[in-house]
Amino acid sequence: MIYLAILLVCLLGAGIAVIIPSERYRPLILPAVGVAHFGLVLTILEGSDAGYWRHYLAIDPPGKIVLLVISGLFLVCSFYAVGYLRYRTERINRVFCCCLPLFLGAMTLVTCSDHLGVMWIAMEGTTLSCAPLIYFNRTPRSIEATWKFLLICSVGIALALLGSFFVAYSAVSQGIAPTLEINGLVRQAPHLNAAWLQGGFIFLLVGYGTKMGLAPMHTWKPDAYGEAPGVVGALMSGGLTSCAFLMVMRAGHILQAAGQGLWTSHILIFMGLLSMAFAALFVVGQKDIKRMLAYSSVENMGILVLGLGIGGPALFGALLHIINNAFTKGVLFLSAGNIHRAFGAKTTPEISGAMRRLPLSGMLFLLGFIAVTGSPPFGPFVSEFMILGGAFSGGHYWAAAAFLILLLIIFLGMGRTVLAVVQGRPSSAARRTRYHDTFLTAAPILLTLLLVLMLGLFIPPPLAAILHQAAAFMGAKR
Amino acid sequence: MLILNAVLVLVILMNLYALGAGRMSSLVRAAALQGVLLGLLPVLALHDRGGVPLVMAAITVAVKGLLIPYMLLKALRDANVKKEVEPIVGFMPSILLGALVTGFALLMAARLSGPRHPLGLLVIPTSISTIFTGFLLLTARVKAVTQTIGFLLLENGIFVFGLLLLAAIPSLVELGILLDLFVGIFVISIILHHINRTFSSLDTRQLAALKE
Repeated sequence: MIYLAILLVCLLGAGIAVIIPSERYRPLILPAVGVAHFGLVLTILEGSDAGYWRHYLAIDPPGKIVLLVISGLFLVCSFYAVGYLRYRTERINRVFCCCLPLFLGAMTLVTCSDHLGVMWIAMEGTTLSCAPLIYFNRTPRSIEATWKFLLICSVGIALALLGSFFVAYSAVSQGIAPTLEINGLVRQAPHLNAAWLQGGFIFLLVGYGTKMGLAPMHTWKPDAYGEAPGVVGALMSGGLTSCAFLMVMRAGHILQAAGQGLWTSHILIFMGLLSMAFAALFVVGQKDIKRMLAYSSVENMGILVLGLGIGGPALFGALLHIINNAFTKGVLFLSAGNIHRAFGAKTTPEISGAMRRLPLSGMLFLLGFIAVTGSPPFGPFVSEFMILGGAFSGGHYWAAAAFLILLLIIFLGMGRTVLAVVQGRPSSAARRTRYHDTFLTAAPILLTLLLVLMLGLFIPPPLAAILHQAAAFMGAKR
Repeated sequence: MLILNAVLVLVILMNLYALGAGRMSSLVRAAALQGVLLGLLPVLALHDRGGVPLVMAAITVAVKGLLIPYMLLKALRDANVKKEVEPIVGFMPSILLGALVTGFALLMAARLSGPRHPLGLLVIPTSISTIFTGFLLLTARVKAVTQTIGFLLLENGIFVFGLLLLAAIPSLVELGILLDLFVGIFVISIILHHINRTFSSLDTRQLAALKE
């Protein structure tokens, strides 16, 4: 029941956003939806509610983590969006304010669905509600980015549907009644046909991997993140990708129950390192700060998949890294958005001396970079260290070595661009815009950064409990 | 069974026709006809033909056979651009490639060991053939509308595979999938409108500003 309530909140928010006539007051619906959603999520995390539609809607422990992440990130972004839209009065924000709650609703449905079909519908829903958000700026470049995003993700997602069907068909060829319910599939997994199951997993990985932005299916990512407003980039790189990773985790869970854990782990480790390698290749010498963040997102998706593939202690690290990555990406995209606004540009020769022009956003961008590259004392350091530790204790020495080398290359590559952005003085040619940091465009970022810092120093016991529960659910031992 | 197989063969023929179609409107018509055939398939595959499958069939025919083709034709009319398909891979090679893959899929299905599915041998090859046709249209044609039709055929192919799982796919989920497809094509047609207004063409080769 509570799942329906939470979805209703998102739908209502979208509906009210369409009705409100005032451009100035319409964005206020976003924080309202954010607060209501977060409150309901906290109730979901406390109790175990079977609900009326138990064949479709139920939340598993990893789903709880992702749900908490998207709700928290949306809450932060909703307040930021109010401040952001005050600077974008030249654009009508009706579609923007309507699509953000819809996007949140679709992501919520992904986390609390227990049916491969429902999950697929929700995931395609995220693609569709997100496309108008990317297109907010209405430039030729943003049309191109939206078109590529829509087409590539829709095709990817279509393959994931085929993968879901393959997984279900693995029962038919064994003479068992087929089902698309995840719980049911896990239960009948040991009796399923291995070949169809493996084929299904490959399609699911390619399909939802496209949505995550795993290399080599990541090509839409730099374009979309580069052209979308910062707040959309934050929600996509923190929320949407986490949802897609959740789908990969659930697919992996079915395969593991079928005794295919070793096979999937090899594939996942390979895909993870490949994504990190692609990110390292393109992040070096990247002049566009938002595209740079997109490649950093490709890297972090690789880290998540690598952690899932290694398993054991690394699995706990990967689950923690979902939270760390999402909030760190929030800090980076929102502060990059502010810098973009203040300079009217997002490439390095045009931006320099961000610390002088925007002391707060510049500092937050720099600290976000330090956090995302896995430096202490921030959260990503802890989770990446756990994944590394898991790789060593699991005997994956080559993977561990490659992981470390790639992290170093990406640190150096990103560092060069970030330092060029924040240091020095604004060049005389740099445009001056009327943007300056306000409470609403800076405080949410500062709060998020403090959260990332806290996760690096200690994990609150309730959160640790959920993480342990999820790790146990996914089978920490292999 | 006989009728089911006949309809599946028609679906395959539509694929080959779509690969050879030189005018945009005939391509849309091929996709529409295939959509109608797809709507009939679940009714033919089920033994007990109650009310629900008939309603589902009617909705599928309405969405895939009427609504979506109508939106695409409207997008084409609004764009008012050249109506030729403009292939990267020529029509004849496309048809040959499609026929080759279809034949190979049929051959593999006949050789496949294990228990036979009660729906017969044609379902999986038809699905593979349609999915491949979709991919070919997505990659080997330059116009944005043609790529959209490629995506549509890709979905059609997956729908055909879904025939094998009719018992496992609740009507609610099926409706959700159709709704997603409909909204998807709707959003795509809006974007097509904007592409055309900004670039004065629907040629996707123009969309090349964003790269490393």
